[in-house]
Amino acid sequence: MSATGIGASVRRKEDFRFITGKGHYTDDINRPGQAYAYFVRSPHAHAKINRIDKAEAERAPGVVAIFTGEDIAADKIGGLICGWMIHSKDGSPMKAGPHPALAQGKVRYVGDHVAVVIAETYAQAREAGEQVNVDYDVLPAVVDTGSARSVGGEPVHEVAPDNTVFEWHLGNKPETEAAFARAAHVTKLDIVNNRLIPNAMEPRAAVGDYDDGADSFTLYTTSQNPHVARLVLSAFNGIAPENKLRVIAPDVGGGFGSKIFIYAEETVCVWAAKKVNRPVKWNSDRTEAFLSDAHGRDHVTHAELATDANGMMIGLRVHTTANLGAYLSTFSSSVPTYLYAPLLSGQYNIPAIYCEVDAVYTNTAPVDAYRGAGRPEATFVIERIVEVAARELGFDPAEFRRRNFVTSYPHQTPVIMCYDAGNYGASMDKALELIDYKGFPARKAEAQRRGRLRGIGFSAYIEACGIAPSAAVGSLGAGVGLWESAEVRVNPVGTVEVLTGSHSHGQGHETTFAQLVSERLGIPIDNVTIVHGDTDKVQMGMGTYGSRSGAVGMSAIVKALDKVEAKAKKVAGYVLEASPDDIEFKDGKFTVKGTDKEIDFASVALQAYVAHKFNGQDLEPGLKEGAFYDPTNFTFPAGVHICECEIDPDTGVTRIENWVAVDDFGIVINPMIVEGQVHGGIAQGVGQALLEGTVYNEDGQLLTASYMDYCMPRAYDFPSLKVETTETRCPSNPLGIKGCGEAGAIAAPPAVINAITDALGHENIAMPATPLKVWRAVQEVQPRMAAE
Amino acid sequence: MYAFTYQRPTSLDDAMAMLGDGDAKLLAGGHTLLPTMKQRLAAPSALIDLGALRDQLSGVTEEAGGVTIGAMTRHGEVAEDPIVKRVIPALAAMASVVGDPAVRSRGTMGGSVANNDPAADYPAACLALGATIRTTKRQIAAADYFTGLFETALEAGEIITAIHFPKPEKAGYEKFRNPASRYAMVGVFVAKTAEGVRVTVTGAGANGVFRAQDFEQALAANFSADAIKAVKMSPDGLNSDIHADAVYRAHLIGVMARRALDKANI
Repeated sequence: MSATGIGASVRRKEDFRFITGKGHYTDDINRPGQAYAYFVRSPHAHAKINRIDKAEAERAPGVVAIFTGEDIAADKIGGLICGWMIHSKDGSPMKAGPHPALAQGKVRYVGDHVAVVIAETYAQAREAGEQVNVDYDVLPAVVDTGSARSVGGEPVHEVAPDNTVFEWHLGNKPETEAAFARAAHVTKLDIVNNRLIPNAMEPRAAVGDYDDGADSFTLYTTSQNPHVARLVLSAFNGIAPENKLRVIAPDVGGGFGSKIFIYAEETVCVWAAKKVNRPVKWNSDRTEAFLSDAHGRDHVTHAELATDANGMMIGLRVHTTANLGAYLSTFSSSVPTYLYAPLLSGQYNIPAIYCEVDAVYTNTAPVDAYRGAGRPEATFVIERIVEVAARELGFDPAEFRRRNFVTSYPHQTPVIMCYDAGNYGASMDKALELIDYKGFPARKAEAQRRGRLRGIGFSAYIEACGIAPSAAVGSLGAGVGLWESAEVRVNPVGTVEVLTGSHSHGQGHETTFAQLVSERLGIPIDNVTIVHGDTDKVQMGMGTYGSRSGAVGMSAIVKALDKVEAKAKKVAGYVLEASPDDIEFKDGKFTVKGTDKEIDFASVALQAYVAHKFNGQDLEPGLKEGAFYDPTNFTFPAGVHICECEIDPDTGVTRIENWVAVDDFGIVINPMIVEGQVHGGIAQGVGQALLEGTVYNEDGQLLTASYMDYCMPRAYDFPSLKVETTETRCPSNPLGIKGCGEAGAIAAPPAVINAITDALGHENIAMPATPLKVWRAVQEVQPRMAAE
Repeated sequence: MYAFTYQRPTSLDDAMAMLGDGDAKLLAGGHTLLPTMKQRLAAPSALIDLGALRDQLSGVTEEAGGVTIGAMTRHGEVAEDPIVKRVIPALAAMASVVGDPAVRSRGTMGGSVANNDPAADYPAACLALGATIRTTKRQIAAADYFTGLFETALEAGEIITAIHFPKPEKAGYEKFRNPASRYAMVGVFVAKTAEGVRVTVTGAGANGVFRAQDFEQALAANFSADAIKAVKMSPDGLNSDIHADAVYRAHLIGVMARRALDKANI
């Protein structure tokens, strides 16, 4: 292993500019003549718009233009789309209501976009925005996930009279029913997976720019996938053809899924830039982010696990109601379906699984993918019910898991997935050792002497990343493929630019991708530059989400590097006067086999461009190769997290005392970056489990619309995390990578709740397990404990 | 933020004169006022920046056995001040847990007391210790000063200059932070003073800071956590919100009071 190659903890190349304030984010971009947009948003969760009176606002100082849904409609700008078609059990397509970029006739959640005011300054736009008078007829709001289908009243969308988007299912119902009929024991559990608000450090922003000379647009935007944004804005919204629309996602300060989607604001900014023939800039404030960034999770689930007399799992059935909010966001429909139910088998050999998912509309912010996207929800179901089953059956929770682990591969589950490689027992062993599981009873007793309740909780999670072969996702309803592209441009002096369709918004691609290239070509890592996030530079790509950039994005680079090496060997053959078949490439040098004749990579690059040593008819000059890589399967990162917590029964405060994570991510490129990803993921997962609760009141007002009420995790909330890995190579891609970006967020919530319920001896704790909820549970169990 | 005019007086008299205009607001540390203005919840016509008066209005002196603290003294300065730490260590300890480091290095005692946020820490300390709020016009006993949510006895044009805290025999403060905002969801200051035992509660009352008189009575003879173990706080008049209902707050008042007493009795 070289100091900068695969497996080395290379310091992040991008961090110098980030930590010295030299990053270049969308809000840092200012175009000559720029005007500013302010969105007038609905104060009501559900209302008819009778009239929008903008006359007074139009006379306000600095106002350039005010547009409403009528203007969008007049220009035939298409609505925002949902790019994944889900069919109900009865074969009918999901009921997609209209989603105009500016409301037309009705508003459906607090924060919905009613009008845009464009003015000389942001302050003027905002002042004028407050003078846009909208006459509403307020309607009763549909808010609650569980009752959205039966609440009655005016539905959120006409196309879905009972607020039901789809009734979907997966698995084998008769086999599952049969398994339950012969079960020795059935464990039942009701679960709420709480709604989360993403809170990337950088709020969303957009600058739309129009060049009337070339009749072309440029959109700078906070996107995780600028090419998909361009595709959608061109093909569906009709802003401009792709060759007339450049989308640039510069430095982006965190996404966690929330910046995958194509939102109203950037659509309006780029459209309006031509209307006013000036650049139009919008930058979200934090309140707007709370109200209008796509939220995550929000499931209500009933699950049942059937076990036989030997404690073997024989069947799982799950019914979930998934709240998709007021509109179908870009990938919303895929999250509670194909990113959820196929993970319900967990790490276990469960021969029969059946899952039903009813998706509902409510008058709340749209819900879409958020770090983990469906997989945390599935993991929470399986890892909670497995823990409860172990307790009911009198098994040690580690032992109960182990006896049901999948141990041979490939393993076909009853819910689509074919696990290709793993060693779940190895991760469990290592985790038990690191947490000192044998010492837990003594620690619990010691805590008891201090008046604290100590508990331990497991989470043996599996996820599916990458995401999958394009044809496979296409057959499941995806509107796009999930391949990735790469182009390796070798400059005449042997430095390299790698153009990737992946997008880095915190992941460290500029370092990890360069490590791969540096090692492969035997050149210094500083000679490698990673280029991403600009549709004029990178031709096409699918972007970054689903922990896919290592497994898929880097695999595309490997393919392009293969081609570069093959071409370079031909050039070297001419220079060294040998057959390309006799050329070996190692450590940056091309050698003629069995001789001491050699030439280094930089010299070959120069020869490729000066083209003096070969005939242009025999070999094309230059050294630049591109590749598209389509994965052959999902990848299956898996691992075991163990959480040990203490509860103060007087206050209900839970403190995490000990955390062990043992993850199998396949081959690791940069252990330091991977550890950082695991830390961040655990922080978000613990946030969900203990701290982050989204609360709408019955009128659909968001009560947790600021950090005064929405509780984000802080360093204070964590002990030092023990993060280790095990390794089984992923057989489905050339580097053997599985992906690590979401694991912590997927693994953590059930580990925390299992630890709390273990400490309390009380299964009914809803996330977030705030001091109030834990204290109430203590009140219920304390008489029982006193009696014991 | 709405537009406002900015003024920076160099004397208290000028500052008082400027306060006469419209909806002018004094700016000290700005750690409540500025965020509120940014959120457009406050729209003062003018900000009167007291920055030039900081030397005049800050600092700690020992007086009549107690301490007198200038209004512009920052929380972090109170927390670290050797006089406060020696004479009323509980007050220094309380100041050391106000907000977060950024708030403590800018926010001022006078600003906090003038604002009287129902979840602020200082009102509990002032009321428990029997502090006297000194202003440009008069001296106001803490018992007469805190009149409701964000309401005080301050009149228009009146500026807090200092607060005098008598030395208690014993005192302690403990709070339970709101998990999100980190303000006190329940904060209890206990003090054994020449005037008797005082137990004051911030963060929990529907009307702001108040005295828990059942606890005070129980502690009169025995100033220890054991003495209030059996005393139940009524949830009547306490706040309920998404973080804590009144029953839980009532319970926490007891827990925090006992922990504050344990600190006071160290």
